[in-house]
Amino acid sequence: MAVLLLADVNDGQLATDAVAKTVTAVKSLGDVHILVAGQGGESAAAEAAKLDGVARVLFAGDHAYCHGLAESTAALIVSLAGDYSHIAGASTAFCKNVMPRVAALLDVMVLSDVTAVIDADTFERPIYAGNAIQTVTSSDATKVMTIRTANFTGVGSGGSVAVEPVSGPVEALSSWVEDKVASSDRPDLTSAGIVVSGGRGVGSEEDFKLIEGLADKLGAAVGASRAAVDSGYAPNDWQVGQTGKVVAPKLYIAVGISGAIQHLAGMKDSKVIVAINKDEEAPIFQVADYGLVGDLFTLVPELTEKL
Amino acid sequence: MKVLVPVKRVIDYNVKVRVKADGSGVDLANVKMSMNPFDEIAVEEAIRLKEKGVATEIVVVSIGVKQSQETLRTALAMGADRAILIEATDTVQTDIEPLAVAKLLAAVVKEEGPGLVLCGKQAIDNDMNATGQMLSALLGWSQATFASELVIDGDTAKVTREVDGGLQTISVKMPTIVTVDLRLNEPRYASLPNIMKAKAKPLAAKTPADYGVDVTPRLTVVKTVEPAGRKAGIKVGSVDELIAKLKDEAGVI
Ligand SMILES: Cc1cc2nc3c(=O)[nH]c(=O)nc-3n(C[C@H](O)[C@H](O)[C@H](O)COP(=O)(O)OP(=O)(O)OC[C@H]3O[C@@H](n4cnc5c(N)ncnc54)[C@H](O)[C@@H]3O)c2cc1C
Ligand SMILES: Nc1ncnc2c1ncn2[C@@H]1O[C@H](COP(=O)(O)O)[C@@H](O)[C@H]1O
Repeated sequence: MAVLLLADVNDGQLATDAVAKTVTAVKSLGDVHILVAGQGGESAAAEAAKLDGVARVLFAGDHAYCHGLAESTAALIVSLAGDYSHIAGASTAFCKNVMPRVAALLDVMVLSDVTAVIDADTFERPIYAGNAIQTVTSSDATKVMTIRTANFTGVGSGGSVAVEPVSGPVEALSSWVEDKVASSDRPDLTSAGIVVSGGRGVGSEEDFKLIEGLADKLGAAVGASRAAVDSGYAPNDWQVGQTGKVVAPKLYIAVGISGAIQHLAGMKDSKVIVAINKDEEAPIFQVADYGLVGDLFTLVPELTEKL
Repeated sequence: MKVLVPVKRVIDYNVKVRVKADGSGVDLANVKMSMNPFDEIAVEEAIRLKEKGVATEIVVVSIGVKQSQETLRTALAMGADRAILIEATDTVQTDIEPLAVAKLLAAVVKEEGPGLVLCGKQAIDNDMNATGQMLSALLGWSQATFASELVIDGDTAKVTREVDGGLQTISVKMPTIVTVDLRLNEPRYASLPNIMKAKAKPLAAKTPADYGVDVTPRLTVVKTVEPAGRKAGIKVGSVDELIAKLKDEAGVI
């Protein structure tokens, strides 16, 4: 049997990193078919067709599939589901919105945030903010899942398969109004090699520029704790943690972040962790490879300057 | 408009989770349990809709062990009007799967006829992030997940969602299922007089059989283990030392 992989597409562009990592995660399960949905997605479909190890690319170009609206996207997947043993997507906001809906329509349980595929029926996933790892087997006919991509390396893109048009049903239950997406030249948080994150200790939106300055010096992405986002220092899409993004860069620098379990859930698989905090008892130091105790307002500018 | 809010009893978010040595699960005996934090936000939103005159009645539902009635009482003390407990297991170690929860909730929706269901975005124990979407699918309703703003206007709702790139606003047809994210509101605490009053509010006790729903799990837990731990590293004395370590020892810059 084969795997249907729902591709993330942002503004007509394939989210190549997320899709390529998801391909790696599921390719042991069978032929991988990528589904690209939404009018204007031709170039995303063409990009998907280059990914190594992809057997087919299906492109549903109906306007109803734009903006990731869950009802029509789920209906489309269900209309294609008969041919597949597994239906997967990356653990992005888009796939987390759609996949449980697909699962319920197929009367199967969803497997959220899979971190390892053991065999066709057996999967690992973190629970309790990553404080426990569960191995589960599914007795359902179709396995519907989202893949936490942070720990996978993406496949390359030396392949070429044809893009096949498909169509499916449309559900007129919701409509798109607007996106508020800040564009930035910085690397994407979930795929960056280095992430610099700021917490409540940074104190204001203005002072968050210190974090951004350090990040820019390192060519890094910027992250934040929930407290920093809630306080309005940083936008919501920067939140790292149990309920934000999960990252595993080679270097993670946590500045003015205490290290609550909900934050650790999103970054503790980073290769090297640095913590800068004025409280030497802060729990973040229990996971940090290198800790620097002191005032971030002197240490961060000094670090930025000396790098 | 009636609003239905499913609330789950989960391990308190401040409790340090311990995995049982035999790999059979997480130790939930004698640990502090609370309302799932996202569900507090959902209850709060429902109360605000009632205060604005948009909602007329708030019904809270919990599925799980008998003790979930404590969670329901908390919701009643915050301001919900009525509660339904569906006792689906007699041990806290059994987590009822989102698919079964969604089926039970769909049956409750058919009985109660709410115009809106406000769910949490995810339960902080199983971290599934699935129930709201599943319920919406089973009912054939619209869905708006990860909401940070909700405006109801007649037969549509405008919902701003927290998505990976920032914020997305969509318009959904009512009735609808909204799952709430952290920044939708700040939930209130129940006052002592309201906690007392909540004791007298109606709480109906049901079982899955009352709704004809089979809650047998589809996923079998083979084992539960602790993740590979991280050891604390070293403290460095200066920025220069940090840079040297990152360059020479870790080789990451
Ligand atoms: C359901 C739920 C989900 C959650 N999800 C997430 C999530 O996804 N991500 C997340 O991050 N959190 C999440 N949280 C919140 C989490 O519990 C913590 O509240 C949050 O991570 C704390 O953020 P912080 O470390 O920035 O703030 P604080 O805990 O207030 O820590 C601030 C730190 O800054 C230090 N500091 C202050 N001033 C300075 C200075 N001048 N120089 C150096 N250091 C300084 C302090 O010593 C302190 O350690 C969640 C909570 C709940 C209940
Ligand atoms: N057993 C339950 N009882 C009541 N509500 C639940 C239950 N399980 C899940 N929910 C609701 O569904 C949301 C998402 O849970 P989950 O899909 O398990 O992450 C929760 O925030 C609750 O609103």
